[in-house]
Amino acid sequence: MAVVFEKTKMLTDAEFHYCPGCTHGVIHRLVAEVIDEMGLQEKAVGIAPVGCAVFAYNYFNCDMFEAAHGRAPAVATGIKRARTDACVFTYQGDGDLASIGTAEIVHAAHRGEKITTIFVNNAIYGMTGGQMAPTTLVGQKTTTSPYGRDEAWCGKPLRVSEMLATIEGSAYIERVALNNNANIIRAKKAIRKAFECQMSGKGFSMIEILSTCPTNWGLSPVEAMKWLEDNMIPYYPLGVFKDKTKEGE
Amino acid sequence: MAQTLMKGNEAIAEAAIRAGCRFFFGYPITPQTEIPEYMSARMPELGGCYLQAESEVAAINMVYGAAGSGVRVMTSSSSPGVSLKQEGISYIAGSELPCVIINVMRGGPGLGSIQASQGDYFQATKGGGHGDYRMIVLAPASVQEAIDLMGDAFDLADKYRNPAMLLADGIIGQMMEPVELPEMKEYVVDPEKKPWAATGWKPGDKKPRAVVNSLYITTEELTELNERLQARYAEIEKNEVRYEAYNLEGAELVVTAYGTIARICKSAIDELKQEGINVGLIRPITLWPFPKNAVRDAVMADGVKGCLTVELSAGQMVEDVRLAVNGAKPVEFLGHAGSLLPTAEEIKEKLKSMREE
Repeated sequence: MAVVFEKTKMLTDAEFHYCPGCTHGVIHRLVAEVIDEMGLQEKAVGIAPVGCAVFAYNYFNCDMFEAAHGRAPAVATGIKRARTDACVFTYQGDGDLASIGTAEIVHAAHRGEKITTIFVNNAIYGMTGGQMAPTTLVGQKTTTSPYGRDEAWCGKPLRVSEMLATIEGSAYIERVALNNNANIIRAKKAIRKAFECQMSGKGFSMIEILSTCPTNWGLSPVEAMKWLEDNMIPYYPLGVFKDKTKEGE
Repeated sequence: MAQTLMKGNEAIAEAAIRAGCRFFFGYPITPQTEIPEYMSARMPELGGCYLQAESEVAAINMVYGAAGSGVRVMTSSSSPGVSLKQEGISYIAGSELPCVIINVMRGGPGLGSIQASQGDYFQATKGGGHGDYRMIVLAPASVQEAIDLMGDAFDLADKYRNPAMLLADGIIGQMMEPVELPEMKEYVVDPEKKPWAATGWKPGDKKPRAVVNSLYITTEELTELNERLQARYAEIEKNEVRYEAYNLEGAELVVTAYGTIARICKSAIDELKQEGINVGLIRPITLWPFPKNAVRDAVMADGVKGCLTVELSAGQMVEDVRLAVNGAKPVEFLGHAGSLLPTAEEIKEKLKSMREE
């Protein structure tokens, strides 16, 4: 019988622990497929965050590190400096990257660190059970913003891609979403571009992926996707914010 | 081999390089800044890596990444900066990674001062970060000893897959002494010797892929990790205790002190000997594992009346001395927090008063 589909060998056979409707599973597969298709499995080193993807080291079938909360870009720096030919990626959520790890991500970009960051933005702390993140939208209810995020008290949500795009060392920054098949295909292309950017030594690359958290948003998976389209995309516009990949060609 | 005159911090940096360290991640802080400065000049000459991190927090996590890749790697800082590294040190210990951390101690608490201190003994030896872990802690009393201990620190870290710290007071970092440097050593990562290191993996390889991690989510797995660590710490305690014994023969009192302070104590002991008073010294070189048996045996020897611990702190190591002596004989303390050095005169007076008690 002809094989029409095979799971990428960049994913282990371990069963994902993610909630139903969560987009982490899709993102894992996209990242794994890109690394596999680029023939980088042997060179790949991934860094799992603290957050919902904390067990990513069980899923990505390559050398893996688990980092302290927010520190993945610093850990990635140490690895990449020790093994300059490695393909190093961090996989981080919005609590990890946009809150406790802001110094590490900003300075990895600032140094033009040749690493790739997969930034999963679902506007909430998932693993700890739905607390407010720096990316939580104004008015959004979470377990620590039970009356909705108050702009006067907590400010407006942080747009990380736009911020990092202003840094000279960043080479490729794009924000994508997983709300339909066309966008999933776009997301995969973006991830590939980010890894190509790293492997050609252009500098720091990050793909921000707008993602759903049906469990902590208190919505069904379908409603969550709609909420992402109606609320997240207007505040977090999709697109390429930085592209230095054409330079020097 | 000819001796050269070197400042402690620079000697420490060169000794690390000669021990095969080619990766340094750090951040400037007085009184250790000559270490990163030296590294920034020397590493490029050798094809090594000096990288100035955005913070001590980032630096120790860069160390974690490099250590997990199998290379010899270090960071250095001084007290407030070392406090910031504690999170990373706990993760490094929990992930069973070798690395070397230098703490050139200054006065505290808080921003404290930039003068020498021994106020970080608790932090270094009792686990400054969270969880049940230990660091191998080496305390030099001269620039030459700092050089010699750097090679040992890397070897011990590799042998036990555990972080090792060189704990020096600010005087060791800042003073110049004539020294002999060891031969240059190149360290090549051997995946056979470090099968746990992330050196690249593909399906079909004999060894499993590397997972550098300190997360063990079930109680059974976490218990297993902790039992493995505790067994390793017991091995270190059995094999790696180091100390210097000085003038113990016929001593009526025993002094315990480490680092530069032990040298001041030695001056006091030598002067007392001229006056016909015999005082011995135990100078721990490994602060952890602590030479408890040596301290106990020295203090419990016939004719010894008691023990005096001298520190440049409010009294930290003295707790370990008291545990070793376990109340059998008096253990007194002399020291200053706030970086005011105890003088030989002061130590002599204290010892004389203990003699008369």
